[in-house]
Amino acid sequence: MPTPPSARGGRRPVAVVSFAQAQNQRREAHRNEVETLMPVFADVLGKVGITKDDVDFICSGSTDYLVGGPFSFVSALDAIGVWPPRRESHVEMDAAWALYEAWVVLQEDGVDAALVYGFGKSSLGDLSRIVALQLDPYVMAPLWPDPVALAALQARALLDAGKASEEDFAAVAARCRRSALDNPMAQVAYDRTVDELMTEDYVVAPLRRHALPPITDGAAAIVLAAGDKAFEWAERPAWITGIDHRIETHSPGGRDLTLSPSTAMAGRLAGVQDGRVDVAELHAPFAHQELILAQALDLGEGVSVNPSGGALAANALMAGGLIRIGEAASRIMDGRADRAVAHATSGPLLQQNLVAVLEGGR
Amino acid sequence: MAEAREPVTTLDTPIRLEYLFSAGIAQSKNLRGLAEGRFVGQRCPVCSKVYVPSRGSCPVDGVPTDEEVALGNTGTVTTFCVVNVPFAGQSIEIPYIVAQVLLDGADISFMGLIQEIPADQVRMGLRVEAVWVEPDQLGPSMASVKHFRPTGEPDAEYASYKDYT
Amino acid sequence: MFYFLHGARKVRGIDCEEVTVDQTAGADEGVLTSAHVLEYPYSRSVGPVIGAFLTGLRDGRILGASGSNGSVVVPPTEYDPETAEATGELVEVGPAGTVTSWAWIADPAPGQPLDHPFAWVLVRLDGATTSVLHVLDAPSPSEVRTGMRVRADFLPATERVGRIQDIRAFVPADDGGPG
Repeated sequence: MPTPPSARGGRRPVAVVSFAQAQNQRREAHRNEVETLMPVFADVLGKVGITKDDVDFICSGSTDYLVGGPFSFVSALDAIGVWPPRRESHVEMDAAWALYEAWVVLQEDGVDAALVYGFGKSSLGDLSRIVALQLDPYVMAPLWPDPVALAALQARALLDAGKASEEDFAAVAARCRRSALDNPMAQVAYDRTVDELMTEDYVVAPLRRHALPPITDGAAAIVLAAGDKAFEWAERPAWITGIDHRIETHSPGGRDLTLSPSTAMAGRLAGVQDGRVDVAELHAPFAHQELILAQALDLGEGVSVNPSGGALAANALMAGGLIRIGEAASRIMDGRADRAVAHATSGPLLQQNLVAVLEGGR
Repeated sequence: MAEAREPVTTLDTPIRLEYLFSAGIAQSKNLRGLAEGRFVGQRCPVCSKVYVPSRGSCPVDGVPTDEEVALGNTGTVTTFCVVNVPFAGQSIEIPYIVAQVLLDGADISFMGLIQEIPADQVRMGLRVEAVWVEPDQLGPSMASVKHFRPTGEPDAEYASYKDYT
Repeated sequence: MFYFLHGARKVRGIDCEEVTVDQTAGADEGVLTSAHVLEYPYSRSVGPVIGAFLTGLRDGRILGASGSNGSVVVPPTEYDPETAEATGELVEVGPAGTVTSWAWIADPAPGQPLDHPFAWVLVRLDGATTSVLHVLDAPSPSEVRTGMRVRADFLPATERVGRIQDIRAFVPADDGGPG
């Protein structure tokens, strides 16, 4: 049996062995959440030839506000079939944090595999209002600031600090959407030059339309396996050799919006700089946020950033961070990369950040 | 209003969210059945259980329940409660009976109102049938079922519904 | 409760493309949709620190919390966001301050503080070390810039109830800087 690469933290090696996602789209007109998830589960389990009964733990990330119904995550379990009674958990966060919880649970003996999933159907409600509800409920949410306006405050701060230009934002969008042309699951993909993008109108200055993420209905799932089981199920598991997440104050006015110290710290603790990085999948819903994240992780030249197109290609809330981990892991599993960084964000303006390092080993 | 005022201790933060709810494929079939005055269930291809209403999956096996099953109008009370609490907007006279009804041919019970029988005579095993609203009142909603009433048949044997209580 | 929707709804411009979402898609295959409204009439207990802040707003004053290392947190929190230590006494800040970032809104959404075009602003009030999010009532974006001086414009005393909207808006203040 081969040995996994050495990891930071954790007493058992854990790897991503399978990843699947639903087609990202503006509006899923037919299927409800359960009907969307079922084929994703069939895909993610089928890829490694296992059934739901082969996983020892199930963990999901979603938010009921998107659906407008309480305990939607409980109904979503109908898509798996939790009989006999299963060990299960849920986070009201992006499913990247569900993956973190699963990674922790997989440190236990007797828990050798986990199914992690996230889903978000944003087309049902008014996303601007729903997202505003993640803000402080006393002094911010009552003003109903929308997420694009908040992102614009951050983008403006970058410009004012001389750390980026509007052309830099357009360059991120042009690269991500061009990369997305190779991603069959992407929602928005195109080949346009920076000059072309700079002719677009502002949605909220200094953000032009290209700097915004799409609104997406989507879902994704990952199978994690520990130790020998990972080698049993996958030819080349994507070993999680480091994972950490950090949070900052919820108040955007209490932070330097041009920096992401929580990403930097999580990256350090996950060991991003312990070796060469081939690929980085960064969860940057707005184009300018990719610049902040790349700087926080100190990604140098030669790193392929968001080869999937990132969150600018598809931005399924509560699944977008997990998809970054899945996209990074896919590139390890199929041999396109040896060492990858995956990042997920949660909360307003990069408040909370998770960084994972994935390696193929020998 | 110049008098000294108390410190602020509470803050009203009303939230209103508008959605376009989508029932999905399976639930829409069930709701369309209700609009036509009939129950439509779905069968699991693995365990053969029939779910009504179905969410499109078997919650035991996690597989799509694509096969539609037309269900009849009759069923059995598997359990019930007597409601004695009045509440605002109540249109039914108390006490009244809310029961779990297992339709014949189905493997899951759902909630229904039992009428046309004194409350103290309702019992587990009681055979009932659905009473639908007038045809022009039918819609894609459980409100199409006005209530259930006794069929007059002998009670069902406990063994026939013990797995569904 | 369920019905078919006719026509398409133009979504507000927060998408990365101009999209018109066809709400009737799916109806061809019999998928039912329904308008669904959720209302949460929350009445929140505000606690000692936010309570004092809101009481201050009602009385026409803006309060910040003294934190660790000389910080003054506005709006005040019960803990210092950097050190997690309990914050100390409340001190009055503003009512003037400096814009630290801004974003012009040409088409305000329902529920936002102003119904005519305005700028979202982060304002570092004089005496504070953090910025507060609010709106700036300015005639046009050409008259807004980072670093500009602004001051809080309170609603009349009789209309203030103890909420963030007791500050009607910030307005430009050509006061030559913190005094």
